Amino acid sequence: MSWQKTADAVVIGGGMMGMATAYYLAKLGMKDVVLLEKNTVASGATGRCAAAFRSTWGGELNIILGKACIDKYEKLSEELGMDIGLYQNGYLFIAYSDEQVENFKKCIKLQNSLGVPSRMLSHDEAKELCPGINLNGTKGFYWHKRDGHADPMLTNFAHQEAAKREGVNIQKFTDVTGFKMTEGAVKGVCTNKGDIDTNIVINAAGAWAGRVAALAGLSIPVHGERHEILATEPVEFGVCPTFLMSYDPDFYMQQRPHGSIIAGCGPSRYRKEAAPFNDYEMGDCWNFLEHMTGVMNKVLPRTKGIRVVRQWSGMYDITPDMQPVIGEAEEMKGFWMNVSGSRGFMFGPVAGEMVAEQIILGKTSLPIEKFHWSRYARGEFLVDTAIA
Amino acid sequence: MSECNCSCDENFKELDFEKMEDDIIVCRCEEITMKEIREWIPKGYDTFDELKRLLRVGMGPCQGRGCRDIILREISKMTGVPVCDIPSGTIRPPVKPIKSSLTASKGGEYE
Repeated sequence: MSWQKTADAVVIGGGMMGMATAYYLAKLGMKDVVLLEKNTVASGATGRCAAAFRSTWGGELNIILGKACIDKYEKLSEELGMDIGLYQNGYLFIAYSDEQVENFKKCIKLQNSLGVPSRMLSHDEAKELCPGINLNGTKGFYWHKRDGHADPMLTNFAHQEAAKREGVNIQKFTDVTGFKMTEGAVKGVCTNKGDIDTNIVINAAGAWAGRVAALAGLSIPVHGERHEILATEPVEFGVCPTFLMSYDPDFYMQQRPHGSIIAGCGPSRYRKEAAPFNDYEMGDCWNFLEHMTGVMNKVLPRTKGIRVVRQWSGMYDITPDMQPVIGEAEEMKGFWMNVSGSRGFMFGPVAGEMVAEQIILGKTSLPIEKFHWSRYARGEFLVDTAIA
Repeated sequence: MSECNCSCDENFKELDFEKMEDDIIVCRCEEITMKEIREWIPKGYDTFDELKRLLRVGMGPCQGRGCRDIILREISKMTGVPVCDIPSGTIRPPVKPIKSSLTASKGGEYE
């Protein structure tokens, strides 16, 4: 696609958050939308994520967003005209202590009150759902059928193809180097390929969004944290027919319909020292492989003979309360943030539509104002008890 | 198809090699054909990692050992960019697929 020097809006970031924003801006009628990606589309967190989405959160806003996302995910293949590999058979949350069971019950109560019919499962029901699971040490389970997973890369590319059809100009290998600004308003984006004049910029750069905002002189607390993950060779489907997840010990694993088992956990579980703040270095470590295969074999003993083919890492976009940072900068008119707080694949389609509606229509059906980062200055944090 | 002056069979001269290549399975792990690769390169999926994320080429047990060079050559042919200038994708550990029980810590301890 050829370079253009002016645009109605410029979206920074070609992951799920950015691509969905660009798609909905164009779909809602904006003519000249440009998307800039410093590498290739889906090369950041989206293409490296655990592929899952859920409505089973412990905070009201996340449950509302999560539910809206499931509604959307169920229709995406049809809307975008490309299969996204949807698979819905819930997250099986596993508790290994009584406190965790209590937390599950609290979460279920809140979820049920917001129209998410999650429920506790008995040991027998858990075994029926995932016949290979090792129940030793488990205290309780909960589950919601409509949670699940999809192919994050295909979902990202499906949005890309749809965005192209709507006329979005997508520029890969394009690095944002600065912004054109007047007093209190953004006027353009500077890149390694040239400048683009625009009055609207949407920063959807995920873990790098804090750095991009800093180029406009804005201090917005988003930083990166490296998480690791592995995939096995494809095996017959049914080895892990539901998404398994536990907060303590912290792990998740799932099997894509295609056959690969994907498993991961937070960095504090296998790193000897705490993960450094603003750790932007991708890389893979032996400690993770050793720890994660151990957990996988223990939780799902039938995986012992299955071979690991690949391990990789990706950046979580960390915010002070691990919640989304979305809205227009008060001190910089036209400069928008659309950062998910490490759930870009999950929330992307809904967050993108919400931001596009707010920009074009001036209103949106979801409580977007609650996600503004001005909450931090007021000392307010969004609470969610269902985050590892 | 180019003219051939050798004494080979007339039927052989009739073959359309471009078309025949379409059915070749480029990625044997994921059973992706040359036709599929050729379909997506002109749509802008012209690096190895983009095709990998789209079609799963190089994601199977061989991790791209079989298909990477063929795909890079095909991208080069279709885009005119020399192979050395096409991002060739990341090669990730482990070097060969390895049974998870062989790397598992302490026979599968949580902590």
